[in-house]
Amino acid sequence: MDSKRILITGISRYWGGRLAQALERFPEVEAVIGVDNEEPQVELERTEYVKVGAQHALLRRVVEAAEIDTVVDTRLVVDSATMPGSRAHENNVMGTMNILAACTGGDSPVRKVVFKSSTHYYGCHQDDPAFFDETMSRPHPPRTGIERDIVEAESSLTEFAERHPETAVTILRFANVLGPDVETSHVKLFSLPAVPMILGFDPRYQFVHEDDVVHALEHAVGHRTPGVYNVAGDGVLALSEVAGLLGKQYAPVLPPWGTGIATSLIRRLGLEIPPEALNQMRFGRGVDNRRFKAAGFHYQHTSRETVLKLGEYLRLHPVVRGAQEPYRYEREVEDFLRWSPHVKNTRDKAVSALSRDQLAELQRLLTSFADTAGIDLGEDPTAERVAEAERRAAAAEEAARDASERIDKAEQAAERRASEAEQSAERRASEAERAAERRASDAKRRAKQAESRAAAEAEAREAETQAREAQARAREEARRAAPARRPVEHYDDLAAEEVIALLGSLEQGDLQTLREYERGHANRTRVLGAIDSVLARGITRV
Amino acid sequence: MAEPKRTTLSIRERDVPETALVPAEELKRQLPGVEPERQLNDWGRSERIEGIYDRLVADFYYRYWFRAEVEGIENIPSTGGALLVSNHAGALPPDAAMIAKAIKEEHPHPRPLNITVEHFFKGYPGFSMLVSKIGCVAAHPANVHRLLFDEEQLVLVFPEGRKGTEKLYKDRYRLRRFGRGGFVEAAMRAQAPIVPVCVVGAEEAAPIFAHVKLMQRLTGFLYFPITPTFPHFGLLGMAGYLPAKFKLRFLEPIHFEEEGMHEDKALVQTVAHEIRARIQENVWDMLAKRKSVWFG
Repeated sequence: MDSKRILITGISRYWGGRLAQALERFPEVEAVIGVDNEEPQVELERTEYVKVGAQHALLRRVVEAAEIDTVVDTRLVVDSATMPGSRAHENNVMGTMNILAACTGGDSPVRKVVFKSSTHYYGCHQDDPAFFDETMSRPHPPRTGIERDIVEAESSLTEFAERHPETAVTILRFANVLGPDVETSHVKLFSLPAVPMILGFDPRYQFVHEDDVVHALEHAVGHRTPGVYNVAGDGVLALSEVAGLLGKQYAPVLPPWGTGIATSLIRRLGLEIPPEALNQMRFGRGVDNRRFKAAGFHYQHTSRETVLKLGEYLRLHPVVRGAQEPYRYEREVEDFLRWSPHVKNTRDKAVSALSRDQLAELQRLLTSFADTAGIDLGEDPTAERVAEAERRAAAAEEAARDASERIDKAEQAAERRASEAEQSAERRASEAERAAERRASDAKRRAKQAESRAAAEAEAREAETQAREAQARAREEARRAAPARRPVEHYDDLAAEEVIALLGSLEQGDLQTLREYERGHANRTRVLGAIDSVLARGITRV
Repeated sequence: MAEPKRTTLSIRERDVPETALVPAEELKRQLPGVEPERQLNDWGRSERIEGIYDRLVADFYYRYWFRAEVEGIENIPSTGGALLVSNHAGALPPDAAMIAKAIKEEHPHPRPLNITVEHFFKGYPGFSMLVSKIGCVAAHPANVHRLLFDEEQLVLVFPEGRKGTEKLYKDRYRLRRFGRGGFVEAAMRAQAPIVPVCVVGAEEAAPIFAHVKLMQRLTGFLYFPITPTFPHFGLLGMAGYLPAKFKLRFLEPIHFEEEGMHEDKALVQTVAHEIRARIQENVWDMLAKRKSVWFG
């Protein structure tokens, strides 16, 4: 693949969507970015959609920010039935100019422009050669709006190519496209119960299958093929032959004279035959497709096979229609699927390891992160090691978080326990806690460094043990501190009866302390009851 | 026949190695293969229609109406492209069909003949369907080159063109100017031999006595001739031929094996003149030996 970072215009239209789907499957393609005014109509896996039309200033920012090396322009409208003439002109001529303007500039990263054009460039005339090749210009100036647009758009591309000799400009002129998914005027004409023809004319037609169109664009993206190429399936069919292949009758319903008037009448009935198609239905057109084949492209379908495929689809379509829900673009869902850390790629589960493109992506992210954080990742760390380190770092971080949580708990416990203990014990406990915290934060900081990720885990574990030690020490401290306040020596060794016997000799304050102590330690109900009764008596005595 | 206009887009000049100048031999290899399921070829020629036409029309005229006589058929090569150059006459000229039929009937290796016709045919409803089905192609230099060089077929041209078919009965067998020599250029470019062909009988089979300019303008036809059967027998009268005896003579081929000869315009003109002179001489020779217009 010659191109790594690709921008596709017209992502919401059929060709942009299809091409993006095809290109994002190549692991060596780093980025596919689709731009359009409207949202994509097909499901895209990693293609990023940017909602921007043909505003060159904005596009240029996108191109430069994403370091786009290849721009594929799939927007050209080649069928005037799809949109009104003025909009088509805006899109075809002004849009192309703007997109090219976005690729200009001395520091533009764009090295290749692929333009999807049409064989309508040549027009259809009486004195045409039987096979147009790429070196021929059209014999007469264009008369229909769409043909004028195409010629104008192509001339701005040739001008661009002239000014930017370092940029490879590929123009692909596609013949009439047929296929189950694409919608063109000719597909509509062929879907009718009979194929309409102009009385007395049996024009020559050449077709290209929709899959071949996508493959051709892919070929132009993948190889460096500057220049103009015709893309059309092998074989030129007569329209009557097409009708036969589709299994339909041909109906010479259009009169040879006054055809234009007849079509405008037919348009009222709901069948649109665009003027450029009308010319084709009269004179037909064949193109020489050999140069693109010589450039290494292989067609999957001949013209005849393309028509047969369409025929199969047209027969099957009424049966399976509506079986599939149409795709709808939801910005939030797409963003979640692309960027959320919680999305587990189904492909990972199957392979259990990261795929090559994911590793490449990870490595790219890491390097860019290292750049911004100022960390030296070392000489070309292998993707596996980086990924492993990343995973270990995450685990270490997790452990450190865990540890600090436990430290918090331990600290709380120690505080509660040591509430009655000496100041020194408290100080030591807090010191231990601070130390633990310091260690933990140290561990956290280290965990961020990709190379010492594993160490961080150990650190964290150490911090954890430290914390546990601190907790234990604090408990010990508290226990050791407690006997100083014990009102009776060897209190713990005494039995309940002995304690009760002693109670009478103790002061009020000592009794209180003892009661607390007893509750905290042995918690014997008899002793507590005795203390309470002595206290009660003492109070009455006081 | 003018050379197709080379586009002046500079993209081509710079990208010559990739697009325009793919070696011709490489392009020849990339020719689409034949799809045996098809009845039509890429030029629109239909085996079926041609067969019907051959049996119903050509056979009758060749055998019984014109009783064609052929000499020098061995001058047509059995393989490779060759350009047949013939004199031309008649309101709706029968000569092309007779030459094609002669090759089919007499040649040891019968080959299909591609007849170059005026572009105008493509604009006539009905005609436009029929002519391509029976093996006619538009007389475009690119078409001739593809047929001769890439597909290595036989091509028939009438360098006199319209001027030949327009000439009146009183000017019969006087060859008109041979265009601008485009046919010689095409043969030289394709390095295909030229086989001059002389036809005698066509002038008498469909003589034109006068032209009606006004009707030509009104009907939009190429010309509006007065013939023995037209216009009083209607459109079909155009094909109402008198039963003149047809004689065809294929002359020795002229070979062009050197590359780049077609760029020498002076040479092209010289060769064109020479070929015209040879055909004219042979036509006169055949006329001198002919005892009767109707019986030969």
